[in-house]
Amino acid sequence: MSASAPLNLLLVDDEAPARERLRVLLGDIAGQLPNCVAGEAANGREALAWLNARAAAGEPVDGVLADIRMPGMDGIELASHLALLPQPPAVIFTTAYDNYAVQAFDLAAVDYLLKPVRAQRLLTALQKLPARLPAPQLHQLATTVGQAWRGGGRSHLSCHERGRLLLIPVEEILYLRAEQKYVTARTLEREYLLDESLAQLEAEFGARFLRLHRAVLVAPAAVAGFEKAAGDDAEAYGWALLRGVPEKLPVSRRLWSTVRQSLA
Amino acid sequence: MSIEPASIRHFPAAHPLPDWRNLGVLLRTLLGINALAALLALAQVAAGAAGSGGGPAPAWPAAWAGRYLELTVGVEPHLFLLGVLLAGGRDLLWRLPLRLAQALVTLLAGGLAVALTAWAAALGIGDGAAGPAALLAMAAWAVLLGYFDLRARAHSPALAEARLAALNARIRPHFLFNSLNAVLSLIRARPQQAENALESLADLFRAALRDPGKLVALGDEIELGRQYLELEKLRLGERLTVDWQIGQISPATPIPPLMLQPLLENAVYHGIEPSPAGGCIRIAIDHPRAGDRRELRLSIGNPLPPVAGGRATHAAGNRIALDNIRERLRLYYDLEARLSIESRPDAYQVNIVLPCPPPPL
Repeated sequence: MSASAPLNLLLVDDEAPARERLRVLLGDIAGQLPNCVAGEAANGREALAWLNARAAAGEPVDGVLADIRMPGMDGIELASHLALLPQPPAVIFTTAYDNYAVQAFDLAAVDYLLKPVRAQRLLTALQKLPARLPAPQLHQLATTVGQAWRGGGRSHLSCHERGRLLLIPVEEILYLRAEQKYVTARTLEREYLLDESLAQLEAEFGARFLRLHRAVLVAPAAVAGFEKAAGDDAEAYGWALLRGVPEKLPVSRRLWSTVRQSLA
Repeated sequence: MSIEPASIRHFPAAHPLPDWRNLGVLLRTLLGINALAALLALAQVAAGAAGSGGGPAPAWPAAWAGRYLELTVGVEPHLFLLGVLLAGGRDLLWRLPLRLAQALVTLLAGGLAVALTAWAAALGIGDGAAGPAALLAMAAWAVLLGYFDLRARAHSPALAEARLAALNARIRPHFLFNSLNAVLSLIRARPQQAENALESLADLFRAALRDPGKLVALGDEIELGRQYLELEKLRLGERLTVDWQIGQISPATPIPPLMLQPLLENAVYHGIEPSPAGGCIRIAIDHPRAGDRRELRLSIGNPLPPVAGGRATHAAGNRIALDNIRERLRLYYDLEARLSIESRPDAYQVNIVLPCPPPPL
């Protein structure tokens, strides 16, 4: 960005007064650092929808000021999905008080602003907009904090499709299956291609999905039944039938009995 | 409003000579004496079995139960009469020096045993051996008084107060910093509202730092709850709605401090903040039975928003705050207050029933 163009910013916080306060402070420091509040959002999902629309219109923003704890989707998860945007904005986290998140951030050497934020501190943070964190590190953070808050990983997975960022609610996923290069996530409606490894996903969502096969994780509630494969089938020892979708998932010989027991 | 707040320095559990009008004390006495009687019966059965040396004796559990029942015929009337005497003479006993009062209670137990045995003998029941009965009664009551003495030391007022202070002074830092941030956002645009908010914040902290051994007026506690919710409304806006249902209660009713506010804080933290759409907190304060002013019921209900990936930490967080209140209720009222929880997948409600007014001490 050139020195003269104002910084375009998105403010994300579930509390309206907190966004208001940031607006006032940004106004105060506008003399030293020209900036412009391009939009506001009350949680991560709203922010992503807004950013998608901006990206589609060819007007990406430079930075996002995101509260860490928000209902719907928290700030850390928001940042981890943002990384998939074509021109991802830098993210500056804000928090009033959050032991878990602050510990995780300190460990990962991620900077954050403590609310109430001081104008000087905000200015410094915006002057050196933080380098975008690599997606795996953000996933790791989202997982750590998600574990502490919800006892689970992220609430959504994201994928990138024709310039748009799509969110997939984890609770709607029937199964995750590793293909040659990608992992596909299947919901009742359709399939999504993910840019994450099945091993990572299993580490994050181990409590939610069950492994059927080297390349397949399934949501236990989606399994309708099992059938034994023909003796000469090289691909699978047996098949798991699913509710609502026609596909069958392979079950490996090694896992056949444990899987059947745990779903009995 | 102003009432002279009653001191609750005399926690029911904290006097070495317990309050015999307190339900918890009566229950403990009843169980303690009966346990001793059961033990005595067992000892007699064991001695009998050793002495009889063969022969078709009944199975020992039956013999034990039989012997215990025989003993209770004497023990229960004794326990009942002594209980009445002690409840009546409580204030007199408390005025005496402790050791003298304890000796008096023990002698009273012995004397009553002699009187009851003599009366039973006059009616032609029992074996009329007054000496052993008196000694047994005195021994049992000495054990019981020793127990209450130890218990009082474990719950000494200093200790109880320190624990209460630690339990009371808990306003979530999350709430504090978010509220300060919200107030800062108001200062330039709406200074009047900012002033009100800071005043409410000051009241909340005064309440949290107040002497935990003093009862407060119910009306003041309700006002504190309203101020707290106003502050939360400042941050959460339309996401937070509140439904107060206050029945025919007297605002001067004394209750322990911070019974309401921590539960409201819990309800906001677990019920409203995690939900993008927010919800309604319902507070009902009333006498559980119409016209009966001896008990006061507080209930606080909140919705539980569905959380992707589980609700494990929420349940844990709730439990900590509730354990805190339960512990305080125990310190204030021993067994006479009740706390119950109605938990559904989508809603959560805490009910507290307090005796009111608390036992005069």
